[in-house]
Amino acid sequence: MNREKTLGSVIHARIQRGLFLDRLFSHGTRIFAWAVLAVIIAIIVSLFIGAAPALKKFGFGFLVSTAWNPVTEDFGALVSIYGTLVTSAIAMLIGVPVSFGIALFITELSPIWLKRPIGTAIELLAAIPSIIYGMWALFVFAPLFGDHIQPWISDHLGPLPLIGALFSGPPLGIGVFTAGIILAIMVIPFMSAVMRDMFEVVPDVLKESAYGIGATTWEVVRHVVLPYTKVGVVGGIMLGLGRALGETMAVTFVIGNANRIHASLFMPGNTISSSLANQFTEAVGEMYTSSLIALGLILFLITFVVLAAAKFLLFRIAAREGRRG
Amino acid sequence: MLKSALKMIVIMMGMALLFPLSSGYAKEVKSISGAGATFPYPVYSKWADAYNKETGVKFNYQSIGSGGGIKQIKAKTVDFGASDAPLKPGELDKSGLLQFPMIMGGVVPVVNLKGVGSGGLRMSNTLLADIYLGRIKNWNDSRIRAENPDLSLPDKSIMVVHRSDGSGTTWIFTNYLSKVSAEWKNKVGNNKAVAWPVGIGGKGNEGVASYVKRIKGSIGYVEYAYALQNHLSYVKLKNRDGGYVEPSSETFQAAAANADWNNAKGFYMVLTNQPGKDSWPITGASFILVYKKQAKPDTGRVVLKFCDWAYRNGAKMAEELDYIPMPANVVELVEKTWQREIKDPQGRSVWK
Repeated sequence: MNREKTLGSVIHARIQRGLFLDRLFSHGTRIFAWAVLAVIIAIIVSLFIGAAPALKKFGFGFLVSTAWNPVTEDFGALVSIYGTLVTSAIAMLIGVPVSFGIALFITELSPIWLKRPIGTAIELLAAIPSIIYGMWALFVFAPLFGDHIQPWISDHLGPLPLIGALFSGPPLGIGVFTAGIILAIMVIPFMSAVMRDMFEVVPDVLKESAYGIGATTWEVVRHVVLPYTKVGVVGGIMLGLGRALGETMAVTFVIGNANRIHASLFMPGNTISSSLANQFTEAVGEMYTSSLIALGLILFLITFVVLAAAKFLLFRIAAREGRRG
Repeated sequence: MLKSALKMIVIMMGMALLFPLSSGYAKEVKSISGAGATFPYPVYSKWADAYNKETGVKFNYQSIGSGGGIKQIKAKTVDFGASDAPLKPGELDKSGLLQFPMIMGGVVPVVNLKGVGSGGLRMSNTLLADIYLGRIKNWNDSRIRAENPDLSLPDKSIMVVHRSDGSGTTWIFTNYLSKVSAEWKNKVGNNKAVAWPVGIGGKGNEGVASYVKRIKGSIGYVEYAYALQNHLSYVKLKNRDGGYVEPSSETFQAAAANADWNNAKGFYMVLTNQPGKDSWPITGASFILVYKKQAKPDTGRVVLKFCDWAYRNGAKMAEELDYIPMPANVVELVEKTWQREIKDPQGRSVWK
């Protein structure tokens, strides 16, 4: 009787303790999760407060003005926005197909002994700090590109109508196009690593069934692997795009940092993050600092829109599948 | 008996409490911190190392940029600030700061032209301004040829290279261009970063140096030391008195010696375009900023002691790094100003 009672109270105490720990755990994780949201809101609010003087003075004109003059304190964001979008677009145009190819090769075509070395090499590339890419780009890639590849592109693509203007100008090796290529090189490891992981989870049964009814490798990829993994693939591309939009040091090294919009991609330009990196330390005066913070706010909004668009895209795909099913 | 013993203990404890307090007041300051200009960083850190070995005082300097240095000293997070561009006397008065020149250097235009070595190309001041304005676009322009009749200049477009980051070097360079070209002054102006009419931007002196090295037909401007270390071809410039001079410690010092420091209120002195037939026209000084009213006079005194030590013993180290030490007459003037202007909270002079 007495023993039973003790046992009962021991069990009761253990349950109580377990419940307490459970509550502690769930509250703890909740606090962490809310902290993320709080940080985001704090960032937006402080960016808005910091940018307020510039936004008040220039208004909507800030988005469409190409001026950037610290002497007369006349600022506009268009050149930086253009540079950010164009370099990221080039990076995606080059990076997405290449990453896709790498991931496909590793999962579908590569001999077993080669899979692991390539996979490890990609992970290593993803871990290299961006300043290393920047230095390599400035000292090794830009001279090679400017002396050998750029003149060839200018000669062959320059005379073409419409797109010719994009590839004209002196072969400096430094400019928007170079920055885009470097960005592509930097985001490829990210995107291909994510895509590889995605492709690997496709059940072998599905693929083998497709091969079994006589599908080619491409057909298997197109009709089995991609539909099965598209959410992850789009996610991986967005991860790469996010990195390309925000990349700072490597771009600053090779983009030429000139506040002008040229028709030619071979000419120097500027991006939002490289403007910030270049000028923030020496920006004296309220309007100058505030305009730089406003640039930061715009970059934040661009990234936000891109992520939102990606989510929307996934949502649309899911909805369409739901209908079809 | 017991009571008196207790009393003794209480008295002793009281004394023990008081004693460290009084000794704490006179405690030696073992480290000072400053932040600011990147240009003098190499020489400041060399001085700091030597000074630490000699006196045991640690001198922490963070080269976060002149703008950052001014912000930090205004926020009182550091004991002194450093800036490549002097603050205007009005701004100094408003913030209660005192500035004095610490070290000098020169900015030199450098070119990458086949067959043109250091000092090979001669340029008058308006020529340089017109190249940076984008008025002169080709190396075989008649105005460049007129000044360099002996050189065979190529038919090649000029690629202008400037700094992409805000910088004291740019401040000195654009100050010079504003002084010699009215058009530059009106259209572009003088600041740490400006709206460049033409060209591409490199980050830092090393960025400009590597662009100039890379791009044939380019012209840029860097601190003298970077031109020497990167073996870039510098340009001979025509100065205010009409002579063509090469950048060297002699011509930088000539510019400083000919400057009228006595009448420069708050040491607001820009050494560009100074008179004298040997003066290098794009010379600049780097400044230290301290508060006139020192809340912690002991720390303030150590900062001044370090500067005094650097003035007297640091010249050789500075010259080894291609910096130009301040002339003796300027040092004397600076130290007199310390005595007159820098006070502790009781109004006594910090520097004796």
